[in-house]
Amino acid sequence: MIEAILNYEFLQNAFFSGLIIGIIAPLLGVFIVVRRLSLIADALSHVTLAGIAGSLYLSQSVAAFALLNPIYLGIVASVSGSILIERLRRVYKHYEELAIPIIMSGGIGISAIFISLASGFSTDLMSYLFGSVSAVSRQDLYVVLAIAIIVVLFLRLFFKELFVLSFDEEYAKASGLPAKWVHLLFMVVVALVIAASMRIVGILLVSSLMTLPVAAAMRIARGFKEAIIYSIIFGELAVIIGLVSAFYLNLAPGGTIVVTSIFILLIVIMLKKLTLKMATKSKGEEVL
Amino acid sequence: MKKPLIEMKNVSFQYEYTQVLKNISLRVEEGDFLALLGQNGSGKSTLLKLILGLLKPMTGEIELFGENANQFKHREWIGYVSQKSNAFNSGFPATVQEVVKSGLAKKTGLFKSLPKNADELVYHALADVGMESFAKRNIGQLSGGQQQRVFIARALVAQPKLLILDEPTVGIDHENVQAFYDMLAHLNVQHQITMILVTHDVDIVSDRISHVACLNQTIHFHGYKNDFDTISQEKIDAWYGHSVRKIH
Repeated sequence: MIEAILNYEFLQNAFFSGLIIGIIAPLLGVFIVVRRLSLIADALSHVTLAGIAGSLYLSQSVAAFALLNPIYLGIVASVSGSILIERLRRVYKHYEELAIPIIMSGGIGISAIFISLASGFSTDLMSYLFGSVSAVSRQDLYVVLAIAIIVVLFLRLFFKELFVLSFDEEYAKASGLPAKWVHLLFMVVVALVIAASMRIVGILLVSSLMTLPVAAAMRIARGFKEAIIYSIIFGELAVIIGLVSAFYLNLAPGGTIVVTSIFILLIVIMLKKLTLKMATKSKGEEVL
Repeated sequence: MKKPLIEMKNVSFQYEYTQVLKNISLRVEEGDFLALLGQNGSGKSTLLKLILGLLKPMTGEIELFGENANQFKHREWIGYVSQKSNAFNSGFPATVQEVVKSGLAKKTGLFKSLPKNADELVYHALADVGMESFAKRNIGQLSGGQQQRVFIARALVAQPKLLILDEPTVGIDHENVQAFYDMLAHLNVQHQITMILVTHDVDIVSDRISHVACLNQTIHFHGYKNDFDTISQEKIDAWYGHSVRKIH
């Protein structure tokens, strides 16, 4: 595959985009999981689909949109969705989770309308839903790279505030940290990563790349930094194995990446159980 | 007269149609160890939120360290320890060291990295609460009492002048409660940290505290602990009903 990557631009695009996403998705995913926001990532991915479907429809019916990369309207929809979710969470203070089904069903509803309005972009749409090795353009790679830089900058600037907010929201507010703004920025950055990841993993599976490596990491990590490091390692492993198998077996990379992530998770859970059993056994022998 | 760290003047607050606090005037001076007593629903948490700047009073004025609370910028001077044992997510993957270090966030300021001696500061804060040997342990593996000590260390690491503790002994074993209060008294005397301890148990009133304030929508009593000891049970019944007993 290395030779193919060197020879084909589309493979370079897919591989490098995948490697970048394998870092940034689990990196933000750690914060998403510990803050119990996993379902928000799912809602945002469905809103992104509305932007993609809208862009694909417009590209068919309006000449000015013919050359527009759908990722841009996907980003606009995702970021708008993240801001809307926050607004709704404030409206329904005692039922904050209501914002998720409202935004998610809204996203799917709008997507369905655009898909019904236009016919004939089923192949394109499939690649957005489940990812594609061949569909990643050089422009997509640049967008992914730009979003990765934003993620790194955001975490460089707000890591300590985000940690406090994730660990103890009440304490963050009581300490006078700008909790509201940090949270809003975080949601916007999450929306950007979801939009960036959709080309490789696909809209329907993007949230899994943010949660599955973290779920595995949390079984063995002894601290927050360790959880981040393990999440990135598992994310990268899933992306590399998933992309290689997708290339050789001619499958959608979203599926292979997610299935690999689940395998990693199962292996980690089993290894953890095994080490716990062994530790208990050796303790028992010591007592005897 | 000692310097007032908190001065509330005729502060009232209500949630929609429910009056929670009425004409509260309270002065907390440097070095005080104040026990703020009140039952559930007496307005203790609301009073704390007003001091911490999470709520704004409907009427009246609050001064923190001599400044109007709205203009007060040094929130890091006020350490806060909540009833963590009730709300804490024990599955959070963080070490004790990481949790305590997060107490430096506000003091360090936005866009800035933690100071180079952060690990040293964390060690000293943990040593102050007798938890230095637990630095590498996961916070979720500790008992309720140990977790509360860690949260006090998180507040101490920023070297606060005032420490507010909201019912900190909830979830702590009875045997460890006295040791916990001894530690607070040590911090009050040796580190000269002014303390406000919020509790609904009058039996907390012990030799360790200097002042008592009795709250039930309004302040019924605020003064020295010795003066509180002279108050009759009948008077306390009139403030709180029969649910609060005074134990000497």
